[in-house]
Amino acid sequence: MVVLQNIHKYYEVGANKLHVLKGLDMTIEQGELVSIMGSSGSGKSTLLNILGILDDYDSGTYLLNNTPMKQLSQTKAAYYRNQFIGFVFQSFNLLSFKNAMENVALPLYYQKVPRKQRNKIALEYLDRVGLKEWAEHSPNEMSGGQRQRVAIARALISKPKVILADEPTGALDTKTSEEVMEIFKEVNREEGITVIIVTHENDVAKQTQRIIKLKDGNIIS
Amino acid sequence: MFDLDKWSEILSTIRKHKLRTALTAFGVFWGIFMLIVLLGSGKGFENGVVNGFDIARNAVFLWSQRTSEPYMGLKPGRFIRFTTDDEKAIRENVPEVDVVAPRNSLEGTFSVVRGTKNASFQVFGDYPDFFRVKPMSMVAGRFINDIDIKERRKVAIIGTEVQKTLFKDDENPIGEYIKIKGIAFKVVGIFKTAGRGEDIRQDAQTIFLPHAAMIQAFNQGNRIYWFAFTPKEGVPAKVIEDKIKVLLAQRHKVAPNDLKAFGSANVEEEFKRVQGLFLGIAGFSWLVSIGTIIAGIVGVSNIMLIIVKERTKEIGIRKALGATPFSIISLIIQESIVITSFAGYIGLLCGIGLMEFIGYMMRKYEVQMDFFAPPEVNLTVAVSAVIFLVFTGALAGLVPAAKAASVNPVVALKDE
Repeated sequence: MVVLQNIHKYYEVGANKLHVLKGLDMTIEQGELVSIMGSSGSGKSTLLNILGILDDYDSGTYLLNNTPMKQLSQTKAAYYRNQFIGFVFQSFNLLSFKNAMENVALPLYYQKVPRKQRNKIALEYLDRVGLKEWAEHSPNEMSGGQRQRVAIARALISKPKVILADEPTGALDTKTSEEVMEIFKEVNREEGITVIIVTHENDVAKQTQRIIKLKDGNIIS
Repeated sequence: MFDLDKWSEILSTIRKHKLRTALTAFGVFWGIFMLIVLLGSGKGFENGVVNGFDIARNAVFLWSQRTSEPYMGLKPGRFIRFTTDDEKAIRENVPEVDVVAPRNSLEGTFSVVRGTKNASFQVFGDYPDFFRVKPMSMVAGRFINDIDIKERRKVAIIGTEVQKTLFKDDENPIGEYIKIKGIAFKVVGIFKTAGRGEDIRQDAQTIFLPHAAMIQAFNQGNRIYWFAFTPKEGVPAKVIEDKIKVLLAQRHKVAPNDLKAFGSANVEEEFKRVQGLFLGIAGFSWLVSIGTIIAGIVGVSNIMLIIVKERTKEIGIRKALGATPFSIISLIIQESIVITSFAGYIGLLCGIGLMEFIGYMMRKYEVQMDFFAPPEVNLTVAVSAVIFLVFTGALAGLVPAAKAASVNPVVALKDE
């Protein structure tokens, strides 16, 4: 599902080039539940951005669903993000002026699904994460755990191949963290969606099937 | 492009920043408002002046003066007299001329008498064609006709003031006689002109007699005091003015370079000058208004830039969820168009409203000004202003939209 071969990534800092990813090789099969760990500066955010087609890389090969992801136009990248990837962020990144249902429906808007239909589908997904009653509420009226569940519903609605979660439990307490992890596991188990979680919490990493550890731009295990 | 989501988003951002949007929109509003008011008043001014032209717009008047150059053994300072032969010569030699109306007037002090009433008026001897040089409407009866000229009938066409002075309100002047310098003329018509102010007062105190009757009754021989001409359709008045001057110079042995022998007034040239002036005024109005609108547009563009900056995170989220650059650009441009068009439209309505109100009040209270008619808003101007607005709105959104499209989601989504 996700294949990285010899990925290099540099950042230009003034006149110097910062070598952030130093030739990563990594394969994640369909249906895996994987966590990526590493201290800050290890390159895990960069890796996540490359996996999410938010950022380009300098050399190597990245195949997502057997499609090479290299030097895509913005429009093409937007298309693949919409089709293949569901994002879950630490700070949820919901739009505050839209209610929960509209937030969940947003990816379908960019697939040009008619309004009524996408709101109907959004309600189904909200129901799956147990928030059907909260459909008309604005994110500001919800707790952190609820917001993250809305964000997960939004990530799921486009039926992605891969879910990329960036510190999804970082802003949550232990109990809600567990609830959120349960949802990830359930999604992974029942629908076979590949889930990649970036975290620095060992409790979270332990619940995944495989841990990929990054240090100084290299995979150490 | 026009779906409910975008509209609801545009409305929600506008609603969130009411004051800021209003202040921005005011720039555009004011620009359009000024444009409409300036152009409308300009048009009113123009109409006021143009309506003041109470003679045919292509008329040429020509009169004789003293020569200023010696020529063919003749001394300067000689007074030129036009005669009926000149009239014939003009008709024969200048085919471009349409109306040739010789005119005489009655000189000296005299009064027009009817019974016990008398007053002094100006009296002209005219041809039927003069009707085409000076537009007038007949209140009663008729103007001079060809038979009047042929039979030298002693008839008179009088102005409304003449009627008021010499006749009682319930009297019908038609068929009655008035005495001019002791000679009786039968009133056959009452006329009214379309001029304004002083002109119309003078016209109302005028009496027209058939030219032939006048020269016979008052011993003017075959003299013609001055001419009124109009050119045939499509011929500039200047052409006949020049041709006739050359012809008359030859006939009266006037040096070709003698500019003082003939006096003339060319209404067409005058009218052109006036129109040029109004073209200039309209151009100036556009310049001022477009300047104001551009200032407004820059304001809108500025605000949109701030909005884009504020919404960087939102745009980043949208991009992560699969928003294409085009969808982001169209969102920003549409918002810009909405603000400009709405503000401009309100400006348009207020401008037109004000113009209509002034026009309404002027008509209601019958305000008559020499140089100002009720203002007018040209529909073409209004429509092109609206199109211009939508266009400039898009233009104002262009830079902010490009900035929005270039938002890097990685940077935008970084947790602070």
